Amino acid sequence: MRFIAIRMLTAERSKYLGLIFAIAFCTFLLQNQSSIFAGILKRTGSQIADVTDASVWVMDPKTEYFEQTKALKDTDLLRVRGVPGVDWAVRLFKGSPIAKTESGKYAVTFMIGIDASTLVGAPRKMLLGRWQDLVRPDSVIIDRAGYQLLYPGEPERLGRTIELNDHRVTIVGISDASAPFVSWPVMHARYSEAVLFQGQERKQLSYVLARPVAGVTPEELCARIEKATGLRARTTDQFRWDCIRYYMRNTGIPVNFGITIAIALVVGTVVAGQTFYLFTVDNLRQFGTLKAIGVADRTLVGMILLQGLMAGAIGFAIGTGMEVTFVEIFLRKIATRGLILLWQNVALTAGCILFVIVLASWLSIRRVLRLEAATVFRS
Amino acid sequence: MNAVETRGIKKYFGSGETRVEALRETDFEARFGELTFVVGPSGSGKTTLLSVVAGLLNHDGGSLQVLDSDMATLSDAERLSFRRQNIGFLFQQYNLLPALTAVENVAVPLIANRVPRRRAEVRAAALLETVGLAPRMHAIPSELSGGQKQRVALARALVHEPKLVICDEPTAALDHKTGDAVMNLLAEHALSPDRAVVVVTHDTRVLQFGDRIAYMDDGRIVRTEERTDVAEAS
Repeated sequence: MRFIAIRMLTAERSKYLGLIFAIAFCTFLLQNQSSIFAGILKRTGSQIADVTDASVWVMDPKTEYFEQTKALKDTDLLRVRGVPGVDWAVRLFKGSPIAKTESGKYAVTFMIGIDASTLVGAPRKMLLGRWQDLVRPDSVIIDRAGYQLLYPGEPERLGRTIELNDHRVTIVGISDASAPFVSWPVMHARYSEAVLFQGQERKQLSYVLARPVAGVTPEELCARIEKATGLRARTTDQFRWDCIRYYMRNTGIPVNFGITIAIALVVGTVVAGQTFYLFTVDNLRQFGTLKAIGVADRTLVGMILLQGLMAGAIGFAIGTGMEVTFVEIFLRKIATRGLILLWQNVALTAGCILFVIVLASWLSIRRVLRLEAATVFRS
Repeated sequence: MNAVETRGIKKYFGSGETRVEALRETDFEARFGELTFVVGPSGSGKTTLLSVVAGLLNHDGGSLQVLDSDMATLSDAERLSFRRQNIGFLFQQYNLLPALTAVENVAVPLIANRVPRRRAEVRAAALLETVGLAPRMHAIPSELSGGQKQRVALARALVHEPKLVICDEPTAALDHKTGDAVMNLLAEHALSPDRAVVVVTHDTRVLQFGDRIAYMDDGRIVRTEERTDVAEAS
């Protein structure tokens, strides 16, 4: 009876396509909004993830996320280094000085100051130049998005000068830094220079980056540092999740996206579900005929489920294809780089679509099971 | 032996004050090898009788023997299986599945009886040939005329060789000539010594094809005429 179910589903093109595209757009909307949501939250920890050399971040005990820093004392670096299990520890500065180009264009930047002797924390994904060139005096590395923001429409080239707090610096490299939460240029400089670009404050040390010796896990080292120094220590992953949780708790992002996703789910359920239900209602006479002929209820249930799952699978595949195309296109654009379609987004959407289909199928099945076969005699 | 025999059969719809007695201790017989018409005014209970005989509705009293089976003793599943194997249906509105071709429509009862699709369609094609529709076997119902649709429906009613064929107003949607043609095919192909045909109709023009006519009124068979009387009646 499977071929009959499939023929019934596909016979009326307009209804069939309406059903498929209702599911496809529901899928697209759910995946799109949830992937943009995930992409935005991922951005909150981009600069943490970009530091691949160190696995432990040490910070002020009250620090909740990357942008919120309270400077540590310079002696804190030494205290961390003194904790058993620390292989090495270096300092990291995070500031937001204003960069100005020769043409007068300016922008607030993410300035990362890294340890001059080790260059731990330097951007490893370089598009132009070498990160090792940061050892040169008055040099910075800027990310591509930042470069395009400061020099819109101009070719990427090294050697250009930027003014940072009355300091002239030279661009020695262009990096492919992960997109930050706000669209500021991401700049890397040596620690000693980065603090000057920001302007003098009594304390400048934002973070201490550390790595455990072999045999000590980052989690274990974090615990030791916290115990020994009273500072907060987090692994890279923990700190990224801290940032995500902070934004989840303290911004309207989850509510806004939650509402959109909920609307997509409700609209998708109503449109796709109702279309499928009406499709069954329109075919009641056919189901009645099959009942009269002697087709068992469980076979009819199987037919309806097959129709629902087939429409759901095709619609889901088309919707996912649309989302993949969207991601592929917008991933390449500077403003929307970092957009990700996680497998979790796909799985969650698949679960939602399955729920919609099961609900619509259940309503349809109820209608068919309640149908009296004798109705086939009514003209 | 009678193919269908009802004694004092009752059927109610609704309950309390709104209860309607659709069949009132109805006695009805249909014999093997015969075409039995059930005629009567609208609301007289013809279709209800047909539905009860076919096992589509449960009866509320009396005895119902169909093809030597006591329908009251069959479970729902047994009744379904009984219907699938032993009863063929011919409807006023044909009730063909619009998405299927003629040959696929005819094959449906066989497929429902777990005959492999390919074999079912071979058998269906052969039957369509006997009703003169071989050239149209791959047409979908919307491409067929009313008479052609009813011939497809007739082939579907017979394809699994049921012992009882139940027809509800098979000529109502057809003009006189086409109706006659369908009745001729019904008489020619449906009737055999081991098969009974029961036809509910308003169309008195086709009564000439019957062996017996049962007249119904107000939920009862009020009169039955045998073939010799039928000729006079028509």
